[in-house]
This record gives sequence, C-alpha cells and structure tokens, in this order.
Amino acid sequence: MNRRKLTSITAAGLALGLLASCGGGGGTDNNGATGFNAAAERVVNQSTKTGGTLQGALSSDWDSIDPGNTYYAFSWNFARTYGRALTTFKTGAGDAGLELTPDLAQGLGEVSADGKTVTYKLRPNIKFEDGTPVTSKDVKYAVARTYARDVLPNGPTYFVDLLDAGDYAGPYKNKDLNAFTGIQTPDDQTIVFKLKQPFGDFDYLVSSPQTVPVPQAKDTGAKYLEHPISTGPYKVDSYVPGKEFILSKNTNWDASTDPNRKQLADKIDIKLNTNAEDIDNRLLAGSLDFDVAGSGVQASAQSKILSNASLKENADNVFSGRLWYFVMDEKVAPFDNIDCRKAVQYATDKVSLQTAYGGPVAGGDIANTMLPPNIVGHQDFNLYPTPDNKGDVNKAKEALAACGQPNGFNTKILLRSDRPHEVSAGEALQQALAKANIKAEIVSVPAGQYYTRFAGAPNYMHQNNIGIAFTGWQADWPTGFGFLQQLVDGRTIKPQGNTNIEEMNLPNVNALFDQAAASKDPAQREQIYGQIDKAAMEQASVVPFLYGKGLLYRNPQMTNVVISFAYGMYDYSILGIS
Amino acid sequence: MAAPLDVTGATAEAPPEAVLEGAGKAIEGRSLGQIAWMRLKRDKFALAGGVVIILLILSAILAPLLTKITGGPPNEFHQDLIDPTFSKPVGDGPFAGFSWAHPLGVEPRSGRDVFSRILYGAQISLVIGFLATLVSVAIGATMGVIAGYFGGWIDTVISRTMDAFLAFPLLLFALALAGVIPDHAFGLSGNTLRVAVLVFIIGFFNWPYIGRIIRGQTLSLREREFVDAARSLGARSSYVLRRELLPNLIAPILVYATLMIPTNILFEAALSFLGVGIRPPTPSWGKMLADAVGYYSVAPMYMVVPGLAIFITVMAFNLLGDGLRDALDPHAR
Repeated sequence: MNRRKLTSITAAGLALGLLASCGGGGGTDNNGATGFNAAAERVVNQSTKTGGTLQGALSSDWDSIDPGNTYYAFSWNFARTYGRALTTFKTGAGDAGLELTPDLAQGLGEVSADGKTVTYKLRPNIKFEDGTPVTSKDVKYAVARTYARDVLPNGPTYFVDLLDAGDYAGPYKNKDLNAFTGIQTPDDQTIVFKLKQPFGDFDYLVSSPQTVPVPQAKDTGAKYLEHPISTGPYKVDSYVPGKEFILSKNTNWDASTDPNRKQLADKIDIKLNTNAEDIDNRLLAGSLDFDVAGSGVQASAQSKILSNASLKENADNVFSGRLWYFVMDEKVAPFDNIDCRKAVQYATDKVSLQTAYGGPVAGGDIANTMLPPNIVGHQDFNLYPTPDNKGDVNKAKEALAACGQPNGFNTKILLRSDRPHEVSAGEALQQALAKANIKAEIVSVPAGQYYTRFAGAPNYMHQNNIGIAFTGWQADWPTGFGFLQQLVDGRTIKPQGNTNIEEMNLPNVNALFDQAAASKDPAQREQIYGQIDKAAMEQASVVPFLYGKGLLYRNPQMTNVVISFAYGMYDYSILGIS
Repeated sequence: MAAPLDVTGATAEAPPEAVLEGAGKAIEGRSLGQIAWMRLKRDKFALAGGVVIILLILSAILAPLLTKITGGPPNEFHQDLIDPTFSKPVGDGPFAGFSWAHPLGVEPRSGRDVFSRILYGAQISLVIGFLATLVSVAIGATMGVIAGYFGGWIDTVISRTMDAFLAFPLLLFALALAGVIPDHAFGLSGNTLRVAVLVFIIGFFNWPYIGRIIRGQTLSLREREFVDAARSLGARSSYVLRRELLPNLIAPILVYATLMIPTNILFEAALSFLGVGIRPPTPSWGKMLADAVGYYSVAPMYMVVPGLAIFITVMAFNLLGDGLRDALDPHAR
C-alpha cells in the first residue's frame, strides 16, 4: 500500500499448454508460432530444450531481492524463479493467467465458516537449495519477518493489517516464533492463518513473495538479500547491487513437486543499471533476451519496431494492468456539486489525453471504467459517453448550467512535474476544459512526495483549492478488490499517503466492499467488483482515461514466452533459450 | 574606365579613425565611452552579437504580434497534425510538421506550434537572464567595492562569505528549493512566484563571481592618485565609493554582466530541463529540450530548434561581452 503499487502486483506460476507440448519432445510447434501480439494469445516458441544462459537487463535495480522486502511487479514476477509462495498465478495467455493455482500448497485455502480462518496444506518433499525440507514453520517465519517494518520496509502491509496478531513487532526483537499468533502451524505440513475479519481475496494475498519460505536459522535480516535461500528452480549465485544478479540451476528443486515452473536455461544473468536505450538496442540486435522491468521499450525503439515487419512479429502490445486517471476532489468547490463534476466528465477529450501518453501503442486504450480489462471483475460500460471520446462541449455546458455555474469556473490541476506524459496530459486537459469555459491552472509538484505531501494529503488539496489531480494505479493483485478498495472505499481516506484522492465516501460502495470480503464465491465477488466500479463512476468524481499498455519485445531465441496478465509482462517462471 | 585617382584609394591610405573622424573639425578629447564605442563598432563579431540580441529582445516583446502572423497561440493543441501511433508530427523525414502555418514545425504529442513557443520561451529566458544578472551585479558590486575599499576585517568577512557561496552546491540547492515552493508566497502566486524564486536563486548565489572581480579592481583603484587626492581633500568614504571608484568600475561590471546573462539563461534552461523551472504550459527552452529527449529519433528537429535558440542567444551574448571587454579595457587585448 504505497506508491510502488504503480509497479507492483503478485507472485509465482506457470502450467498450461506447455505440458501438452512437453510430450512432443521440444521444438516449435504451430501453437507457438510468432507474430505481433502472439505472446498475448498463446505461449510462443514452446520448447523443452535445456541449457544456455538467459540474458536479462534492467535500467534500474531491485528494491531488494529478498522476497519479503520487495514491491515491484517485475520483482514479484521474477521472484518465482528462486522462491515458491503458497499460491501463484497460472501460466497462460489472457484471462487464464489471472487464475490462481496452488504452489507450495496442495490446494487453495480452506476458509472456515466464519471466514476468519484460512488453512493451507503444504506439498510434501519440497526442499530448500541446501536440501533441508521446507516446513510450514518456514512459511510462518517468512510472514512473521514482514512485521519488522524497520528491518524490511518495502513490501505491502496486508498481512500486518489483516492477521490477528496483536501488536507483534517481528522476529528480530523476540526470537520466539510462538509470540506470533497470527499464524498457527499444527504440524509441519499445515499452516493456519487467523484473520481479524473475513477477506475473500486471501488466496491472492498469499501469492505474494512474502509467503516464500525463509529458514529462521539462515535469516540475516536486512542482509538476507545477499543470499535468499531458494525454493524455486534457480538459486542466487551472486547479487551485486547496481551491477548484476546471477542465478543458476537449483539441484534440490524437484519438477515433480512443481507443476508450474520450468528449469530450462542453465543460468540467468541480469545486468543492472543499464541504460534504457542501450537495453532496447541490444534487444533488437538479439544480444539480450528480455528487459526485466517489463514496462515496454522507449520511443525510439518503438518506432523501429512498428515500422519494421520482421521486428514487429517479435513484439507484444499488452495491458500493463495500470489505469491512468484523474480525480475531482469532492471536498473542493465547485466539485462538491455532482453536476460540476459531470461537466468535466463531458468536457474531457480522452483522445488528446491518450496522445499525450504516447498514443494507442505506447500509451494504451481509452478507458471509461476504473477496472482495466485484465482485472477480475472488469465490465464494459460508459456512463459519460461523448462522440469518439473526444469530449462534448454542449453536454458539458448543460451540466455547468445544472451546477449553477453557467459561465464556467476556475480550478487547479495538480500533477507531477517530472512525468512528461502527465504534464502533457495536464496541458491537454487544460485545453479541453477551456472550451467549456472551465479555466484550470496547472500546479506541478515533484513526484517523490506526491502522495505524502500533495495529492495524497487532503489538507493540501483543500488549502490550495486543488480541484483536479492526476494519478495512476496498479493493483497489488488483479481483482476488483485489490484494485478498487484503496481508491474508492471511503474508510481508506487518510491524512497522508491517501490514495482515495477524490475523497469518495459512499455508504453503498463501502458496504459492497464488505460484502465482497465476506463472500466465499469467486463468481459472486466478480459480480460485486463490477457493481462497485459502476457505483463509483456514478459519483462522477473519477475520470479514467487510459488502460495503460506497453510495447514489449522478445528475443526470438527465447522459448516459452507468454504474457502474464497478472503482471502485465512476460511470465519469467518458464523461460528457456534455444 | 578606371579613374587614375580613385577616391576610395585615397581614403584607404589615410590613417585610422583619428583622421577620418577629425577631418574638418578641431581636434578634441574623447571620453572613454566614445573611444569604447568606436572600438566596438569595428568589432564585427560583437556588433553581430549585439544585433542578434536586439532582434531577440524585440521578437520576445512582439511575440503576441508575430505569432498572429504565423504560428498561432503557443498553447493551442493541433492533434490533427500528430500521428497517434508514434506521437510525432505527421509526415516523413526530420522536417515533418514544418509548414507556412508552423514555420518551425509542431511539438510531438500535442501539436503545439514550436515557433510561437520559442518566441514566448524567449520572454522567460531573457527576463530570468536579465533580472538574475541584475540581482548578482547589485549584490556583487556592492560587496566587492566594500571589501576592496575598506579591507581589514570587513574584507575578510566578505571574502570568506564569497568562498562559502562559491562552495555551495548551487544546482542541488536550487533543485531542492524550487521543489518545495508553495503555491502562494510573499503575495505572489503561480508563475510569477516561480520566476521570482528562480531569479532569486540564480541571482543570489552567483554574486561572488562578480564580487571577486570588483573587489580586485577596487583594491588596485584605491591606491591610485585620484583616490588619494579626493581623500586628502576630505572626501568621506561614501563619496569616494560613489563618485571616484564606481564610475571606474562601470566597465568591468558591464562586461561581466554581459557574460553572466548567458550563464544565467543556461542555468534557467538546466533547471527547467530538470523539471523545477516554470510551470506548464508556459513555454521554456529548457523544458522544450527536456521534452525532446524522448523524441530525438522520431522528431529530431524538435530537439534541434530549442537547442539552436539557446546556442544562438548564449553565443550572441558572449560575443558582445567579449567585444565590450576588448573595447572598454585596452590592456586586455
């Protein structure tokens, strides 16, 4: 629950049609043919060929490779190569990649009648890289250490918020694991989570790398990132911050215990802090296999790829799972009046905002709902339709009249000065609003403190009369709950780090969240997520305009390449090299 | 047809300006200013620099009129001129987007006119360049003269202060400060406030450069006979400073001010490039350059144009400054 949400989601997994192709004994078959967007529709270059080194690169660095202390989407995706969480996402194209499947656990969680206890049974014969067997205590310890926010500050705080563990402060102050009451381990194979209140999406929470087992004897706290003990098909050979991250095969990983992953390449070699343009050039030249960040190529590589058919067939234009939107603060006049908010809804030219973000390929698809298509619960609807999404000045003026501001009004647009796309979008919105006589002044502030001091601080918004604020969001796990709760549940409004920037607080929306949390039926939950989206949009204070997309490029020699909808990038747990 | 006694030939043999300008007149003494102006007139590069600067100032002032002729309002979007897939101006080649309506092309992404944004950007660059220099010169000259004239502990205090300012990580400080400016302060708001803060930051932290030079000049001037004479006639320090020293310091002040303006313009561009300059959508050259980085391969001219604008402006000021120095200070040649 911090800004990282922009780049974060959840952990672990594969499966699917690969198993079928395994029987074929390797090689490429028709199902794995390449083509533009092929990896979004199927597993490309299916193969069982082993050996070789997967070459990756990253323009920045990991926040931490410690599974309990990381919050980037790429990191959660990649952590599955060296760690196994209780559950993980299936490998497969499209919606199949959003499905949860057991990983360390034998099945998904068994929820008690009151919804406050969730039980998992571990698969037998799973070992750490040194050969010691994995027990439920190792999983319990992994979760317990995420309570030590002073030592491991990066990850999300869902377990801390949800589990019934009193004021437990982590295992570094009190080494006795029995002090941690949020989880019980009746035997070595069973792990029982005790919740404060029911939580429908709990299976998604335990897919995060925070449940990747950590042996207490080997834990070195903040230094654990120097060598996390592997449970996945690869183990960490060396990690030099800012330089490189090298993994090799983990001989104590047993494929028979893991239906999800593959262990094909001998090594994975990732160079860190590599120039982003350089990464693109090496990808296109074939000397690099994948960009770990998975957020898409830069503008110059994009034009090369799209204008060259033979490059284009190795590229995928995929939903990142991110929503770009702006909000109107319901506590700032004149947006305390729903008709003034509707005026902005109608005046907005979404096409110009899309162009500002890089157009349909690098930017994304025009959005009219809050939930992107690759989130469980997404429904298609548009409450404020305008011709070609280009805005409707007449309807905007009607709404202005209804709001009692027939001559328009003045307001301010808050955005991040160091985000060129956002600045450009703000300028585009300013132009569109001006056509409906809404004069908006742009207030640009540094991104670093955007959620602590500016947009995320309701006091700042009120005192400075900021009516409109730009923001973006990516969920920690791909369901309507994970996506929407921090945005529109009125009970999440806080004086700092607020993500419900529009300060929406509707009893019916809040109640729907409780209903979803208490529901044990995934189909019913999915239904409720759609209802929440609609109810929130009716309030007119949120203007979604773009489902973020990125243009990814896959080296043609890489095998078993598929886009994971859950992470919005290639699935790193099954890659090989031909 | 060549005349044996060509007039031009005759003048060419004549000695330099002394004869030319003195012809037909009684020989008279010339002031320092007249001599300098004469020397400056002969320096073609300096003159060219001066002309460019005047043109630039004129076009900045007349921007609203000029953009009516071509270009249009600086913030108007023309997304019909943008290829949505690549976010670049429609058309092929580096000059895509150039037309009579948009003589320097349009901005990628938004389609705003580059020509009119350059003109309006010149306003910001010049205003900040001049005002910041004014602040530096005012503080620098005052402190420099005081330090140089009085010497002793006053000199020590001021000189060490200058050292401290010179050691200051100005860029980092400017980044930090410009990042935390509130929306309203000191009765100003919005861009007026940003410009005021930029002028303050750039001006206030650059004064030691000119301060040191003035201090050095003052040190040598105060030992000169005319200063001694004034003092022995009973002139007070303030009189000596204002009437004896300052007029003799005008030349170095003018020269270094001219050389500081381009540095300050560059500094403003750097701050805007780093995202702490003035607020969008007000155009600024540094901001345009920063925006262009992402598009250098698809819309190269968008990077070249503001780059050239900065280059030409800085070059013009430098040429004029060098010319002024040569003209005002013969020893420096």
